Amino acid sequence: MSLLQILKGGGRHGVPSTENRDPIGFAVAGLNRLAQSDLLDKWGVRRQTEKGVFTVTRSGFKMATNAGRSFKRAGNRSKAGVRVPSATPKGIFDLTPSEDEQMLVDVVSEYAAEVLRPAAHDADEACTAPEEVLKASLEIGLPILGVPEALGGISETRSATAGTLVAEALAKGDLGLAVSVLAPGAVATALGLWGTDEQQQTYLPPFVDGTATGPGGERSVPAASLALNEPTVLFDVLAPATTATRAGDGFVLNGVKSLVARGSEAELFVVGASLDGSPTLFLVESSAAGLSLEGDPGMGVRAAGMTRLVLADVRVSADAVLGATDGTTYTECVRLARLGWCALALGTAQAVLDYVTPYVKERQAFGEPIAHRQAVAFAVANMAIELQAMRLVTYKAASRVAQGIDASREIGLARKLCADKAMQIGLDGVQLLGGHGFTKEHPVERWYRDLRAIGIMEGTVLV
Amino acid sequence: MAINLEDPKKFRPLRDQVHQVAMNMLRPISRKYDKAEHAYPKELDMLAAMADGLAESGAGEGAGAAGVRREESADDGNVKNGSNLASVMTIAEMCWGDVGLLLSMPRQGLGNSAIASVANEEQAERFKGVWASMAITEPSFGSDSAQVGTTAVKDGDHYVLNGEKIFVTSGERSDAVVVWATLDKSLGRAAIKSFVVPKGTPGMKVERLEHKLGIKASDTATITFTDCRVPAENLLGNPEVNTNEGFAGAMATFDNTRPLVAAMAVGCARASLDLTRELLAKAGVEVDYDRPAQLQSAAAAKFLQMEADWEGAYLLTLQAAWMADNRKPNSLEASMAKAKAGRVGSDITLSCVELCSSVGYVETELLEKWSRDSKILDIFEGTQQIQQLIVARRVLGLSSAELK
Repeated sequence: MSLLQILKGGGRHGVPSTENRDPIGFAVAGLNRLAQSDLLDKWGVRRQTEKGVFTVTRSGFKMATNAGRSFKRAGNRSKAGVRVPSATPKGIFDLTPSEDEQMLVDVVSEYAAEVLRPAAHDADEACTAPEEVLKASLEIGLPILGVPEALGGISETRSATAGTLVAEALAKGDLGLAVSVLAPGAVATALGLWGTDEQQQTYLPPFVDGTATGPGGERSVPAASLALNEPTVLFDVLAPATTATRAGDGFVLNGVKSLVARGSEAELFVVGASLDGSPTLFLVESSAAGLSLEGDPGMGVRAAGMTRLVLADVRVSADAVLGATDGTTYTECVRLARLGWCALALGTAQAVLDYVTPYVKERQAFGEPIAHRQAVAFAVANMAIELQAMRLVTYKAASRVAQGIDASREIGLARKLCADKAMQIGLDGVQLLGGHGFTKEHPVERWYRDLRAIGIMEGTVLV
Repeated sequence: MAINLEDPKKFRPLRDQVHQVAMNMLRPISRKYDKAEHAYPKELDMLAAMADGLAESGAGEGAGAAGVRREESADDGNVKNGSNLASVMTIAEMCWGDVGLLLSMPRQGLGNSAIASVANEEQAERFKGVWASMAITEPSFGSDSAQVGTTAVKDGDHYVLNGEKIFVTSGERSDAVVVWATLDKSLGRAAIKSFVVPKGTPGMKVERLEHKLGIKASDTATITFTDCRVPAENLLGNPEVNTNEGFAGAMATFDNTRPLVAAMAVGCARASLDLTRELLAKAGVEVDYDRPAQLQSAAAAKFLQMEADWEGAYLLTLQAAWMADNRKPNSLEASMAKAKAGRVGSDITLSCVELCSSVGYVETELLEKWSRDSKILDIFEGTQQIQQLIVARRVLGLSSAELK
């Protein structure tokens, strides 16, 4: 940084670069520097609270990727993978989930209420999901929800509807933890949808029953992450700045991916990169040379352990391409991920509505519950109306995906509606609790932070 | 059972036929009757005959408001797509053509909905084929329909009606008027009953027709009743005043008619969206569903927001109708649909005028007309505020005494 820039004051800390310091500004900046200096700490004036052990709670904290297991190559590279058929449409307008879907939702709802919700506050602070939460998610089969039955998964037909209902139910417990437990499944689902026989045989078995990794030979299911976001203003996910260039019979990847869920544990990444001008998905094992990570915590969805994944001359083999190289697979992936985020929005928005409803009936002002005032009651009514609209538009998109009908319009509309209305619900949720909503005594401020992610996040989850 | 929110397969041919009718019969005369307020759209007689024919043949399952009735057949556990869904789909298509003309359709009035909703079997048979309009509002009240001041006094085998009704849609053209009147004001809502008063009954007089902002093709009458004698058997439903039942009987009509008005708003708004999409495309603006709105032009971003809201309103409307078809209580969902569709209808039609600049504002296109027509749909059959009140009471579990 040049001296001139340092003197100017602008261009850092969120200050536009056009800002200049005047004499008082220089004096204040000097005081601030003293306040930050180690001298205060040496004198014992300030209590030392920071520790050097945390990982992603602080941005800029650099580390290597998880060394990970070695995935044993299997299967036939030139053979298409197993695909599940689309659900057969009956042509009847119906809002009732199938019996299997309902059973799944019941199990997941219990998990969300009993496991996710109680763990949510601390996980948000710690920027990581507790081990027990992740273990329990494996027991209910979350990573293999979208994996074909023939490959050991539980999906007989295209399971977009089930995936949507499950994501919604999870996010009612907690959005950050929901993303944490869904992230590996996103990669497994992608392999089920677009993987070759070789990719499926190589990568899916560990997701299905775990493979031995520990010193005692204990089996574990890998963490994995679908990384499409990039740290760019006005980011257009369909035009990633990360590049893939052909080198020998493989590719070299360069770029930076932001908001990569559970990046520090992930053993397998699906990374979006531009190949010959077309966005393409690449499978990248965490052991690949040239990968490094930084903590990338945001205002919300913190329990998902967000990281920044830096790819510097990462070499991958020719079979690392997942799906088509003409942009179609990538675009489909973007859409299905957005559908997942819409489903997550439904759950968290429902949590807000369910929380404020009893609150406004109990909270007294001017001698009666505040719910007896139209200004309050109408805000609750509008939450309920917009949430149900979000839900129906999202379900319609999901059912089209399940039936194999083009859902690009419906997903685009669901994304827009959920981004706008879910944020409004989070905003009104805090407002209805007044000053109490602003504190961490209540979960509503966390939901407010989480819901801002809906219109921003790409990839990460997949239904 | 499986979640599927596509238009029901069995009604798609009907929907497409009605779309053709809306395009080829209503649109060509849309501006004509917007200009000639109070002139009877004679073209509709043939259309009504066609609709009756469809209904007779059984092919036109509920091609309008008259089809709204909860079937009493036993619940066999199968999910049904019935007359309520068919009605909202066809009404939306008709209103894509013209809301005012749909409201003027003979024998498809809201009064027919009331008859279908609360009449007993004998009355339903007797009033078959009668074009009935609906008279609830009075000069002294609008939304607060418990304040009905028109009186009905039993005199032998007749009731004697006295009072003034305003905002009676098709009040001059219809064969009969369904009038809300109270048997005893001191007994409150429970004493409010509806009566079918045939046109020409002595003491009933159409005083005047309103001049309105929109839906000018539909006439809106003020009707007075002066010692107007109506046969006792024309009281719809149960003549007993049951204070426990309260307003339920009369209000049941609204659970059925609100999704229909939501469908009107949805249809009218789609007319604006369809035309605006084309006009924007000609101006070089294409809407991309895959790229985030903030990366597109402001016009495209606005369009995306409007279409997303529209989709939500449409599906809420289908949901309310689907619940009625499957005999699930739908009062909450009916009000949700009407609240969302009403406000979205106004936002869309007004914003489309803005997006299209003076082309949207002048009478060479219908965009300005749709932005006038849509306003009433956020008002009649319960205003936006009334719908929010109903939704709030249901969601919060509060009584009308607690949440006023």
